Amino acid sequence: MSDKRNMEKAAAIVFALVVWQAGAMLLNNPLLLVTPVAVVRRLFSLLTEPDFFSTVVFSFVRIVSGFFLALASGSLLAVIAGRFRPVETLLWPFMTAIKSVPVASFIILCLIWLSSKNLSVFISFLMVLPIVYTNMLQGIKSTDAKLLEMAWLFRVSWIKKLKYIHIPQLKPFIFSACSVSIGLAWKSGIAAEVIGIPDGSIGEKLYEAKVYLSSGDLFAWTVIIISLSIAFEKLFLFMLKKLFAGLEGA
Amino acid sequence: MDIIVSEVSKSFGSNPVLDRFSAVFPENELTIIMGPSGCGKTTLLNILMGFVSPDSGSVSGVPEHKSAVFQEDRLCESFNAVSNVRLVCSRKVDKNTIIAHLERIGLKGSLSKPVSELSGGMRRRVAIVRAVLAESDVLFLDEPFKGLDYETKKAVMQYLKDNMGKRTAIMVTHDMDEVRALGGKLITMPGESVSL
Repeated sequence: MSDKRNMEKAAAIVFALVVWQAGAMLLNNPLLLVTPVAVVRRLFSLLTEPDFFSTVVFSFVRIVSGFFLALASGSLLAVIAGRFRPVETLLWPFMTAIKSVPVASFIILCLIWLSSKNLSVFISFLMVLPIVYTNMLQGIKSTDAKLLEMAWLFRVSWIKKLKYIHIPQLKPFIFSACSVSIGLAWKSGIAAEVIGIPDGSIGEKLYEAKVYLSSGDLFAWTVIIISLSIAFEKLFLFMLKKLFAGLEGA
Repeated sequence: MDIIVSEVSKSFGSNPVLDRFSAVFPENELTIIMGPSGCGKTTLLNILMGFVSPDSGSVSGVPEHKSAVFQEDRLCESFNAVSNVRLVCSRKVDKNTIIAHLERIGLKGSLSKPVSELSGGMRRRVAIVRAVLAESDVLFLDEPFKGLDYETKKAVMQYLKDNMGKRTAIMVTHDMDEVRALGGKLITMPGESVSL
């Protein structure tokens, strides 16, 4: 069943590529729409450029740092808000504002406060924070009260309670928060780089592609961003899964 | 010390569940509470366990170290039977002891599976072993044999008799056969107490 589904997905990707290639050939204007073949060619030439890896590392480190910072802070805030209801109420306007204000507004505002070099760390952090916070808080609130009663009666230590009750119950919420927010961290982080144009970032390359009307570069860097985002998401979720399996098996 | 319940009343909204109920649960003995559904047996256990406060009356003599088999199993679903028991045990109870207890009541071969994959009867037995092995001075048993077939129930009752040790035990049941098999003091709710 899963093999059949994968085959269907692969066929859909091939179909999309064919439509893209046909569209580009019909338009016959690489400025408007470059062919997928040209994108692949440009992608390979980018890989051989001397500053390719430093550019990728620059953006990767900052966006991933923003994600991890948000994961840690969002979890901590959710624990505090879950324990003390007034904290949840006090945090509500901030979280609502972050969720509803357009990311571009934040980027421009933050450019006044921060250097463009570290802007993507803060913007990724800001976009991921409410997602992690909301999911974790929901998880904390839905913790089985009867299990907590059991733990209280048996005088279970807080560390065991964390391992046996809280973490397993939070698991689906952590996975959901991470899988949604990793993609968002990349999207918002790159948007921050495109607006802030820090030297040696992927955002700068996208900006240059816009300035020089180079659709090939734009598409090639976009493919790189998507690949990095998916690879990081898969790797992180795999490691998280292993971590939970280790905890449950210990 | 005996556990003394004196003139305890409890209502949920406009629904009175316990009305000036009094009883004595002798130290280091088994007391069985019987009564029709809705007469307040589980509410009484919840008051004794400290989950619910009575509206009036008093409860005294409940030891600090308690263990229980709840009406629901209240197990940590993603962990196996051994881990679930280990959760409540002190360091004095080693893994081999836990395994021996679980095997004694017929859980051999199911020890490494998460409890979510076990049958209702198996989960019940895990909950019983957990309550027995937890370091406690009082054991609360709310319909502990619910969902067990006749033979398993017999074996588990024997296991309980052999392992309860010297501690106060308070059990709620609907089944007179369980009362006969386990003995002890019987309290009918609402009503009188009888020694079997």
